[in-house]
Amino acid sequence: MRQLRAWLLRLKGLFRKDARERELADELESHLQMHVDDNIRAGMSPQEAHRVAVMKLGGVDQAKEAYRDRATIPFIESIVQDLRFTLRQLRKNPAFTVTATMMVALGIGASVAIFAFVDAALIKPLPYQDPSRLLFVTETTPEIPRAAISYYDYLDWKKMNQVFESLDVYNQRGAVINTPTGMEMVDGARVSDGFFRTLGVAPFLGRDFYAGEDLPEAPRTVILSYGSWQKRFGGKQDIVGQTITFNEIPHTIVGVLPQNFHFAPVENAEFWITLHPGGNCDQRRSCHYLNGVARLKDGVSEGAALADLTRIAKDLEAQYPDSNRNQGATVAPLAEVIVGDVKPVLLLLLGGAGLLLLIACVNVASLLLVRSETRRRELSVRSALGATRGRLIRQFVIEGLVIVTVGSTAALVSSHWAMQILTGLIPTQMMASMPYLDDLRLNSRVLVFAIAVAGFAAALFSLTPSLRLSSLEMRAGMAEGARGSAGNVWTRIGSRLVVLELTTAMVLLVGAGLLGKSFYRLLQVEPGFETNNLITMRVTAPRAGYAKDEEALALGRKLQEEVKRLPGVTSVALVDVLPLSYNGNTDWIRFVGRGYNGEHNEVNQRAVSPGYFATLQAKLLRGRAFSDAEDASKPKVVVINRTLAQKYYPGEDPIGQRFGDIDLDPKSIKEIIGVVDDIREGPLDSEIWPAYYYSFNQYPDNAFSVMVRTSRGEQSLMPAVADAIRGIDSRITVSSQTTMAARANNAPTVYLRRSSTWLVGGFAAVALLLGVVGLYGVIAYSVSQRTREIGVRIALGAQRASVYQLILREAGALALAGIVIGTGCAMIAASLMRKLLFGTPPWDVATLVCVAAVLGASALLASFLPARRAASVDPISALRAE
Amino acid sequence: MSKTEIWQGTLALMILKTLETLGPLHGYGIARRIEQISGDRLCLNYGTLYPSLLKLEQEGWIASEWGVSENNRKAKYYKLTRSGRKQLEREASEWNQTTAIVARFFVPSGDQS
Repeated sequence: MRQLRAWLLRLKGLFRKDARERELADELESHLQMHVDDNIRAGMSPQEAHRVAVMKLGGVDQAKEAYRDRATIPFIESIVQDLRFTLRQLRKNPAFTVTATMMVALGIGASVAIFAFVDAALIKPLPYQDPSRLLFVTETTPEIPRAAISYYDYLDWKKMNQVFESLDVYNQRGAVINTPTGMEMVDGARVSDGFFRTLGVAPFLGRDFYAGEDLPEAPRTVILSYGSWQKRFGGKQDIVGQTITFNEIPHTIVGVLPQNFHFAPVENAEFWITLHPGGNCDQRRSCHYLNGVARLKDGVSEGAALADLTRIAKDLEAQYPDSNRNQGATVAPLAEVIVGDVKPVLLLLLGGAGLLLLIACVNVASLLLVRSETRRRELSVRSALGATRGRLIRQFVIEGLVIVTVGSTAALVSSHWAMQILTGLIPTQMMASMPYLDDLRLNSRVLVFAIAVAGFAAALFSLTPSLRLSSLEMRAGMAEGARGSAGNVWTRIGSRLVVLELTTAMVLLVGAGLLGKSFYRLLQVEPGFETNNLITMRVTAPRAGYAKDEEALALGRKLQEEVKRLPGVTSVALVDVLPLSYNGNTDWIRFVGRGYNGEHNEVNQRAVSPGYFATLQAKLLRGRAFSDAEDASKPKVVVINRTLAQKYYPGEDPIGQRFGDIDLDPKSIKEIIGVVDDIREGPLDSEIWPAYYYSFNQYPDNAFSVMVRTSRGEQSLMPAVADAIRGIDSRITVSSQTTMAARANNAPTVYLRRSSTWLVGGFAAVALLLGVVGLYGVIAYSVSQRTREIGVRIALGAQRASVYQLILREAGALALAGIVIGTGCAMIAASLMRKLLFGTPPWDVATLVCVAAVLGASALLASFLPARRAASVDPISALRAE
Repeated sequence: MSKTEIWQGTLALMILKTLETLGPLHGYGIARRIEQISGDRLCLNYGTLYPSLLKLEQEGWIASEWGVSENNRKAKYYKLTRSGRKQLEREASEWNQTTAIVARFFVPSGDQS
């Protein structure tokens, strides 16, 4: 305790130095006075009295020195001195200080901001109990790697599997609810009874679903999301037990989920209801619409689970050959499915930010090296005056620490802003699929990362100049003319650093180039229709009044009429699934008049209104489109896309051919009346599947998407269109109002590519700048070191051109080394990001050549300035300067 | 233990004992007193006293304040604190024990066979 107290006082002593010094001086002064008084009284002369007093004290300054060592902690005291000295040095050289700190801030800031995203998406565990035991479970077909499960298959899997503690299913299901402002379409999900128990999530209020609560005869119940409870019900505690109407069916609210709960596959579902199978789809083993979530039993591996499910799928295939042919099973860790496409993009960005950090650190390190070079005399003098090697190294360490501390503080602040800005830039639609980004912030893991990165930078900065501190050079530094050899040492280390910088810049530039080219290729993809001036929205009419086919058809016709009447509207069409959404919602077809061996000819099917192809401005290749008069009373007709025609009618005219379902049920037989050029049903980077379009007039429905072609600004027309539709019947809900251009632009595949292209492009631009500045620094320094040599050469008759050549050759060698090594590294890096490329090979020659040219040209420019300075050296003044 | 540490410890003990005997006293007075008591056999470098005083003060055994000397000089007076008094008792008895033990080694003894 006493010891601690004394240490604390000594620590405190570091700060109140002036007062203590004064007091000590006073005390010693009074000591001497009293001693002198005594001596005089003892008969000494005043001079003698003073001399003896001082001698007895052992010298005033020695006494003070001994006292000081005890008053503070000498080690810390000298560190404080070094720190003061460092700060003074840095203040004296603001250009260096600002550049170095900004580079550190940039490098650390970018990597910390990106790491925060990586942490939120990949490191932070999902808000479920023991999430690593959770699997995402679906069926699989040769065409669709992850195909949904049918209800009956789910029941069999659940019953027959031996590997899961539990298996539950969900599907996304929007619903119409009554709100104070009218009917509204909200996001929701249907789940089996044990869904939340499988995830290990307990409701925050109320109860979970009972076992059996998902059966048709069970009362209808709903669990709210926390957000929905707050937003729609004001967070009232007595919410449990109240009733809410979904799709015209009353449901009792039984619980509210915790605030931190999220389940990305259903985006921001506000309402969770139970399956209640009873619809047409639930009754058919061939109707796939559910996704599974399972909790593994202890000790069971993912592979064992897959093997077990595959065995069951084989059994089911044997038992139900019609519906289950080729229906396998697939499992994946739930976390992987939730993060999905974002993972490679985040890792790519982290890699990019890491390279940027590397180049920034290397740049600062070489700046420090130049400084240590210009400070050789100072260091030599200090060492000659008795400063130990350790003390001099400590000076560099402290300098490095100061720069890194200031830089990383700035980095933390700026990365906080960067995170806000980056999340702000994510479109809401995209954000909804990434709920794990909601609480993105500087948490402890991110801070640890930041500290680790800062420590790495500090180590690098203090080590680089220390390397130079060999005692040999110390002595040489005192000698005036001893420049050459030490300068060469620096140039050698400095050149290696520059090659490293240029290599890094090359890798980043190639990465950005490949991503940019992929993005360009993606935008070049022909969607098969005109995406501009096209409004889209979802319309849902209530069952009451619109359940029957003729009622739904009448609604569709009336809606098209009403909307078409609006000024600015050119044409209107209806479709069940908008293009550029997904491949899926498929049918298995069987051709009339051909042999059949039970294969599943899986094709997209879409219900479209007669004016659909005209509204999309899709190209009709053969035959005709639907007529409005072709309704349910007429023979069923379809239009097929080009891919279907090529795949199933090669070399034949498909017009007039017929196909039906796998049983060739007479009701399912349809006749082909036209072939339309391929329309992209899935994302731009997906394959085109065979598809057929049937007429909405023959199979009307009370829920559909509306597409409106406008002749002017589609955004401004959107409210009028929505009002016109609601004007037909106030119970009709209109949701997801947007434009096709915005949908295309914000589609995840486009968005991820665009954002990663921009970010990596930004990193690459900064890297190019830093690399070129680094090269400039080395060459400029080398020229300044070789002034005398160049002067001699010119004096001996060297031409200016040969001086240019001399300098540019030196720069060229460095640039070439950077470009060659960089090309190799870039190809390795590119093959790692192959997944993110589209229509561009990782070894894309054009990109490599372009990047090498850009880097080479920039390097040439950077070395041209010092070369010109070298060429304009005045031989007389250069020689006289020595 | 190095020589200086023994010296430091002994000096501290002497300072405490001096303050106990004479009450509040300035550094010069303490130094003179120690010399007197030792019968001028101990030649003290007065400068070394001050770090010791500071150490004792940091450890809380003594306290200091500015006052006026008998000759009307301004001087910094040191006095024993209550914990310092207890510490002195402890150290004095330890000292006595130590010296007694060490002394026994130097007494010629006949009881060793």
